Amino acid sequence: MTAAVGVRERPFAWRKTVDWVAVHSLGLALGLMFTLPIVFVFLTAVMSDGQAFTEDLWPREWHWGNFLEVFERAPLLKYLGNSLLYSSLATAGMLISSIPAAYALAKLRWRGRNVVFLLVVGAMMLPPQVVAVPLYDTWSSLGLTGTLWPLIAPYFLFDAFSIFLLRQFILTIPQSYVDAARVDGCGEFQAMLRIVVPMARPGIAATALFCFLYTWNDYFGPLLYTSEKPDQWTLSLALSTFKGMHHVQWNLAMAVTLLIMVPAVVLFAFAQRSFVKGITFTGVKG
Amino acid sequence: MTATLERVDVVRTAPAKGRSRARTRHRLTVLAFLAPAILGFALFFGYPLIATIGFSFTRYDLINPPEWVGGENYAYMFADPLFRTAVYNTLWFVVVLTAARVVFALGVASVIARLKSGVGLVRTLCYLPSLAPPVAATLVFFLVMRPNEGPLDAFLGWFGIEGPLWFADPVWAKPGIAAVVLWVSGDLMIILLAAILDVPQEQYEAAELDGAGPVRRWWHVTLPSISPVLVFGVVNSIILALQLFTQAVVAGSAASGSADVTGSTKVLGFPENSTLTFPVWLYTQGFRYFDMGYAAAMATVLFVISFAATAVLVQRMRKATHQEQS
Repeated sequence: MTAAVGVRERPFAWRKTVDWVAVHSLGLALGLMFTLPIVFVFLTAVMSDGQAFTEDLWPREWHWGNFLEVFERAPLLKYLGNSLLYSSLATAGMLISSIPAAYALAKLRWRGRNVVFLLVVGAMMLPPQVVAVPLYDTWSSLGLTGTLWPLIAPYFLFDAFSIFLLRQFILTIPQSYVDAARVDGCGEFQAMLRIVVPMARPGIAATALFCFLYTWNDYFGPLLYTSEKPDQWTLSLALSTFKGMHHVQWNLAMAVTLLIMVPAVVLFAFAQRSFVKGITFTGVKG
Repeated sequence: MTATLERVDVVRTAPAKGRSRARTRHRLTVLAFLAPAILGFALFFGYPLIATIGFSFTRYDLINPPEWVGGENYAYMFADPLFRTAVYNTLWFVVVLTAARVVFALGVASVIARLKSGVGLVRTLCYLPSLAPPVAATLVFFLVMRPNEGPLDAFLGWFGIEGPLWFADPVWAKPGIAAVVLWVSGDLMIILLAAILDVPQEQYEAAELDGAGPVRRWWHVTLPSISPVLVFGVVNSIILALQLFTQAVVAGSAASGSADVTGSTKVLGFPENSTLTFPVWLYTQGFRYFDMGYAAAMATVLFVISFAATAVLVQRMRKATHQEQS
């Protein structure tokens, strides 16, 4: 059959070649289009103070020291610590609270399950600005504004996106595995810990990554609660003020812009497959 | 007669009691699994949603107790010229950005889907920018779209085009922000790519036998098959456009060249309020001017609009779950 198709299509082989070249050059152009901006940022980051933001786009001298100098100009380690505190505690809290909720939505049968799931989707879609006023009011009366706790605490109870994503992953685990565990006398909690959690490990990893990245990249939250307290700033918030606050040159600001992306790129490199699968899962049920 | 009834009762209750006890146990188990989520939902969504609507009828500055003012905050929206500007700016993003983002992501995904080799590499390259924090991504474009000296203007110069002032030009600041968002729309690209690759190969083969070329195959086979995912993309982009905040704030403050850029009121919306989106004006009113009542009224409006957009998606998902179950 393949031979027959080959014979029939041979006269059009040149067309296929043209098609191949066209599609692949387009793909290459896309790849370049997406990466070139980062290349320009890198080139600016290693320029001298005087050259950055001039017409000269290629560094005349390579100032690798810029990546170290930024640590002297601003308390970057302090910001890094705050970012790590926010992201890692939020991720840990999310795992504790969201895995059982996702399990209940995916593997337990009960009335109202669909309604609760739709509420989770609704919460996921809600712009954070909608609930900002009363939440700020409450945290302020508790004396916790000016810290990162108003951002971390909710993750220990409820994170809509993570529950949604984990449910999608847990749904793909065959029900028979869970049923077998029940027949063997496992309670639901044990079935979750011993069967579902190990099998959903890639999904859990992807969800944890998304949670870490979301909090790492978050700007609105830290701005809302810590903008008056520079010693509580996260990297993302600090970067937005970097040029103005520390009177540094654009080459250094671009060096920080690159540095702030490093953790995300490293995490992505290690877990690309779960990552891509996770992204696909967010849209699959649309 | 009573005796028979009683006997029937006895016969029935014995297993029924066991069953109902099991059911109660099951319900308690479900409740235990969901307890943190229920508490969290009530504290961080249920309560603040109701409270936002409540605050929207008051004047409140966070220090003095809220004072009831009825519909004054809502009436003020019609008198506030910057409210109109903010609505216009956000509507601009909802319309232009949503259309551009879905079309752009679909285009990129369609190209990647047709690659015979290097799919993984190109996909990674296209997704990479999406890892950048929005603050960083905006600064990246501030560098690339620098008037006169930037790489983009240098590129346009090859064709004899003189670029505008980009982020410093009230006309071009919004398209500049849209470009940032398109650059980081890797999530949607990957979702659409997966959907395109999921289209059964037989459908293409059947269309090919009918003499359909690549364009017609894309239009008549690919597009209808991925339409549910496209709906997701549209709703997702609308929600994204409605809450556009970070890029607008960072672009405004970077372009203004002001030293004080922690969301100071002087630089929000720069230039000429062209980047003053609805959430930016909400934030300014609530957390810079401490007019919490007015901010809550704006939040209520935002809630109603995003709720409508979400309802479309939820309707779709409901249909999908029903099909799945039947």
